[in-house]
Amino acid sequence: MAYFDAASAEPLHPSGREALLAALDDGWADPARLHREGRRAQLLLEQAREAIAAEIGCRPDELSFTGSGTQAVHLAVLGAVQARQSAARGPGHLVASAVEHSSVLNAADWLARRTGTAVTLTGVDHLGRADVAEFGIALQRERTLLACLQSANHEVGTLQPAAEAAAACQAAGVPLLVDVAASAGRLPVPDGWSLLTASARKWGGPAGVGLLAVRKGTRWREPFPADDRENRRVPGFPNVPAVLAAAASLKAMGRERPGTDAALRALVGRIRSEVPRTVPDAVVHGDPDDRLPHIVTFSCLYVDGEALVTELDQAGFSVSSGSACVADTRQPSHVLAAMGALTHGNVRVSLPRDVSAASVNEFLEVLPPIVAKVRDTVRAASTAASQVPATPQPPEGVTA
Amino acid sequence: MSRQRRSSQPGPGAGARGARGVRRSPFGIGPQPVPAAGQPAPAATLVLDALGKKCPIPIIMLADKIGEVPVGQIVEVLADDPAAKTDLPAWCALKSQEFVGAAPLPAGWSFLVRRSY
Repeated sequence: MAYFDAASAEPLHPSGREALLAALDDGWADPARLHREGRRAQLLLEQAREAIAAEIGCRPDELSFTGSGTQAVHLAVLGAVQARQSAARGPGHLVASAVEHSSVLNAADWLARRTGTAVTLTGVDHLGRADVAEFGIALQRERTLLACLQSANHEVGTLQPAAEAAAACQAAGVPLLVDVAASAGRLPVPDGWSLLTASARKWGGPAGVGLLAVRKGTRWREPFPADDRENRRVPGFPNVPAVLAAAASLKAMGRERPGTDAALRALVGRIRSEVPRTVPDAVVHGDPDDRLPHIVTFSCLYVDGEALVTELDQAGFSVSSGSACVADTRQPSHVLAAMGALTHGNVRVSLPRDVSAASVNEFLEVLPPIVAKVRDTVRAASTAASQVPATPQPPEGVTA
Repeated sequence: MSRQRRSSQPGPGAGARGARGVRRSPFGIGPQPVPAAGQPAPAATLVLDALGKKCPIPIIMLADKIGEVPVGQIVEVLADDPAAKTDLPAWCALKSQEFVGAAPLPAGWSFLVRRSY
């Protein structure tokens, strides 16, 4: 039995849990008020801001808390682009890698439809790494208002060429949004960003806390009705207890990193080498070395991803999948598609900080027979489908 | 499958535009070779109709049947599952079969695969 979906949500870190419980008693009041309770909440909020700013390498006044990582990305993209759009100079141009988180692509799409912003999605290689040359050329287009490149890919774990992209953006005079959601708490934050976004639940903080950092000197304008909270960047009053918990978890993850990083890296390395050896027709995606410590994704030919996730769940392993049948949209993962990788039979394993080697070994033992079983089922269904016309079947246990 | 329909299809990258106007990912496998306009498309020896079937069924059908055509001949797969657009070329790359090209149908796509071995 094991939870292997830390890339969706890392279980709340014990330090975060402790901070959350304490802050529920001390930090519940409105931090904008001048009374005793409000001042206490304000003090706690600013302590959390300083702690997180120190971890990600920015000034506290550059950092705002949002309600989620997705909200942070939407505010970053819309605020940065709309600050530089004008009626006289047109809707401009936005560049993003094709493997960004869907929140980046959805915000770009929104700008394209609402304001006419041109959007260029640049390609990646077969490991999922952004093509810096193509990214750099796209930046040269006139009136490029924003470029977006994640620090690391959230599905396959490949690290992105952050330093090169930042240098290209600086040379072109284009602000760069770096979404560090996949890597925050796991790897140091890369330099050279103009805007930065992250999500606390990916580092063992509670759900409902995102980070939006805007570097001094970067133009940004609130895209939604103005509100005086969070440096006028985020509407609504921040969830102070959750923010404190997020800060405690991030600090703890940083403290523990020297131990956990090597352990997770070795276990992921083991999955990467074992799966192609023990599962016929399986392919492991992403960079084998230059990658996040905790994420590995593979695809098994001739298997339905939904069936695989369901069977693994029944065997006690919680994983996610980029296969179309598992996605909300019924579309295959845009990351795997951009890489030219097989999208069906896909499994993403992302290990939490306290994973045991025994649970990984157990997973590697149950996987081959489960894949074989699902293959047999799918093949039987496909043979039946191609030989007899499809007729409605009664549900299991019901006599026709 | 009519030759005329396929030969009138637009060139590489035709499928790279998302429904909402944002240019979607270029699939990372480079431009897919599509018969040039005016040139007859290579004729398929075997046509597999996987329309209405979800991935991985179209791939399973191809894997099962490709051995039935002689080496060097072409299998045409008709499919409308969105995943087929990525998975057919990916399967060819994994199995060292030649992906000849893809062309849109009124609903779905036609994929041409040449048996290499």
